[in-house]
Amino acid sequence: MTGVNDDVPGGRELLRVEGVTKSFPGVRALDGVDLSLRTGEVHVLLGENGAGKSTLIKMLSGAHRPDEGRILADCGADGGTNGAPGSGAQGLREVHIRSAQDAERLGIATIYQEFNLVPGLTVAENIFLGRQPRTALGLVDRKTMRARAAELLRRVRLDVSPSTPVSELGIARLQMVEIAKALSLEARVLIMDEPTAVLTSDEVETLFGIVRELRADGVGIIFITHHLDEIGALGDRVTVLRDGRSVDEVPASTDEEELIRLMVGRDISEQYPRTRPDAPGAPLLRVRGLTRHGVRSSKGSPARPAFEGIDFEVRAGEVVGLAGLVGAGRTEVARAIFGVDRYDAGTVEVGGTELARGDVRAAMRAGLGLVPEDRKGQGLVLDASLQDNLTLARLDRDTRRGLVDRGGQRREAAAVAGQLKVRMSGLGQSARTLSGGNQQKIVIGKWLLAETRLLILDEPTRGIDVGAKVEIYQLINELTAAGCAVLMISSDLPEILGMSDRVLVMAQGRLAGELPAAEATQDAVMELAVRSPKGAAPPDAGHTPSTNKNHPGQSAMEGSDD
Amino acid sequence: MTELLKTPGETPPTTAQGRAFGPWCTRAVLKNGPLGGLIALVVVMAVLSQDFLNGQNLLNVGVQASVTAILAFGVTFVIVSAGIDLSVGSVAALSATVVAWAATGEGLPVWIAVLLGLAVGAAAGLVSGALVAYGKLPAFIATLAMLSIGRGLALVISGGSPIPFPASVSSLGDTLGGWLPVPVLVMIAMGLVAALILARTYSGRAMFAIGGNEEAARLSGIHVKRRKLVIYALSGLFAAVAGIVLAARLTSAQPQAASGYELDAIAAVVIGGASLSGGSGKASGTLIGALILAVLRNGLNLLSVSAFWQQVATGLVIALAVLLDTLRRRSAR
Repeated sequence: MTGVNDDVPGGRELLRVEGVTKSFPGVRALDGVDLSLRTGEVHVLLGENGAGKSTLIKMLSGAHRPDEGRILADCGADGGTNGAPGSGAQGLREVHIRSAQDAERLGIATIYQEFNLVPGLTVAENIFLGRQPRTALGLVDRKTMRARAAELLRRVRLDVSPSTPVSELGIARLQMVEIAKALSLEARVLIMDEPTAVLTSDEVETLFGIVRELRADGVGIIFITHHLDEIGALGDRVTVLRDGRSVDEVPASTDEEELIRLMVGRDISEQYPRTRPDAPGAPLLRVRGLTRHGVRSSKGSPARPAFEGIDFEVRAGEVVGLAGLVGAGRTEVARAIFGVDRYDAGTVEVGGTELARGDVRAAMRAGLGLVPEDRKGQGLVLDASLQDNLTLARLDRDTRRGLVDRGGQRREAAAVAGQLKVRMSGLGQSARTLSGGNQQKIVIGKWLLAETRLLILDEPTRGIDVGAKVEIYQLINELTAAGCAVLMISSDLPEILGMSDRVLVMAQGRLAGELPAAEATQDAVMELAVRSPKGAAPPDAGHTPSTNKNHPGQSAMEGSDD
Repeated sequence: MTELLKTPGETPPTTAQGRAFGPWCTRAVLKNGPLGGLIALVVVMAVLSQDFLNGQNLLNVGVQASVTAILAFGVTFVIVSAGIDLSVGSVAALSATVVAWAATGEGLPVWIAVLLGLAVGAAAGLVSGALVAYGKLPAFIATLAMLSIGRGLALVISGGSPIPFPASVSSLGDTLGGWLPVPVLVMIAMGLVAALILARTYSGRAMFAIGGNEEAARLSGIHVKRRKLVIYALSGLFAAVAGIVLAARLTSAQPQAASGYELDAIAAVVIGGASLSGGSGKASGTLIGALILAVLRNGLNLLSVSAFWQQVATGLVIALAVLLDTLRRRSAR
């Protein structure tokens, strides 16, 4: 295994993963992965989507079991106490983590991106769910529970009452509740899956403060992030996963170029085969002042507009990337443009004609198509055949004199499945049984058959293996070469940078700026993405698009107004 | 905690594969469930009673199945689109009552009376559909309300007593050439129409998409709300046809007729292999489901099994059919 770096500060080893392999039908998710975690260490797990990070942490939290290899944990009774020096590997013993309960007993707590909290219960009840302190009579001892919860909340610097229902908390606070819950378990290993993805920069700072305190207390932390700048700020060591293998273990001070090289295994230019057009064509899509007012979700938190004053255009032959943090409003804008959701102000024009609001069919007739973020939940009819899925968006065109031309549909579906190289047993196969990459090809194929001229891709390669990703990129190239345009939302920054001709960046519901491909770097995009819009402070101030132009940093947007 | 700690040498190799699922014969039964079940049932009944496999008796089975089957074809549309329609029995009675009232009571021409009856059925479905699609009521509640409304209106119109059916429509309950029952012909015709709608029309294909994944259907440009109106209206229309056939057999429209038939119809659809969670279902399966229920009742009658025990047997068949459906789904994953 990769040598344990002795130059990295930290105590004794808490957890060790040796040569772990895990296969799912058709995919080898993990292939001989090694990882070691010490007390008082923040160990960053770095890798592209689909590199195996999730599978690995699910293995540590009892959701999956390894096919091969072993997991060793320090099960010493001296649990939380800090670094008994020199105990070395002696404290490690092989463990079999078969369930969440097993992980809990070993002191391993995991905070997933989707929180495991019950909205209707209070903060205290959530923290002690299933482990409520009892009175002598066996009833829940609310007083003790609240007091202990308050203590934990102080530790995570969360200023809410333990009796607050969880449903009233925003996402950052929910995360703190999850951390408090992990602390209540006296977790010695804390696994955090992209905890910063949904946080604003201030919230990230708070989180880092808490993580540093936990580290000082001797907790070992496995930290997953896509934000490379966080690695130097917080991490001690980095294990890089690529295609299910642990490629290397490096100190967190390693420079970003090197980390990217380890992560993708080659230059980005090879992975993202974008052929850029000489000159973009006529504008296909023009969005002006698109605004949707926020929904007041709970008392206390002011209603932030879902998005406001969104102005941009997409020209034929172009790939426009839409970057930003999760929750910045990108998906909401895409859905509004496609007529899935309503908007309160602004216009969407396709080829010079204004689209009716909230009318998917009008958007489709104008040549728009949307590949939604949630492939299984919104893109596919999972139990229907591939033929039915592929022809779904052109069902009305295939209907002649009241009857659907099933033979014609079969020919169309076969042609597009061949063009996209869908690996399938036949068109009658159900969409559920395909791999993620092939499922995504079906969703894209549906829009090809609907003769889409502007395709909106929302997280098109999430959870897709590297090979299929490149095929999808090539398809994007083919589309733009044929005069179509692509608006691509992605949280995968290298992908946005590698494929876009222009990058739009959204932050907190507004367009924070626009970068031409030459100027779009990870740093430049992230800087825009984490910026809080300065003019947004007074609630319900004039939300006209013109307010946006007061910001000097958005000159690029003004340029697009010409 | 200690059971977690095993020294490496003693660790039994964990088997990674899932349990192997049953022998292939189980799978064959699961795959062709409904038809296999019907054949098995017919064989059993034929062995137990020599009166069963007689032409006249089999035609009786067809007549007994006809009303349930026609209702069930309409319900198939709703269930395929992941809805439910509890109102079809009431709507059938309402439509038949309207036909009798218009023709016998008001003296309208029979063909107008029949059209009126069909329109009332479709309108009742349209109202249910509007409550579901635009009112966002759960289908269960909307059609439960329609069940009560339909029955109530039938009682109001008829004043609570049967109205004689016009003779020309009553011939729908007779036989053709002295032996072929017209209800069976109507059942076959409606079955073919249902099969055509499901397999070959825009609305039919949309039913499968909506039932399979409503959000994906909407994002693919299917106007889900409008389709739901059509779906429930079709169910109401089929219920009206079933109601007219039933009244023709009885030669009078009875406001309390077809009470509880909605459950038979749903049972027939589900026995026929449709999933209540939507996205799957076939007219042929529904027909088989209705025939299974009819064969069961007819056979148990021939065997002089009490009506009480027949209910128990029907319940068992429904439970068994849905159990098989669940197993089939699980094995398909």
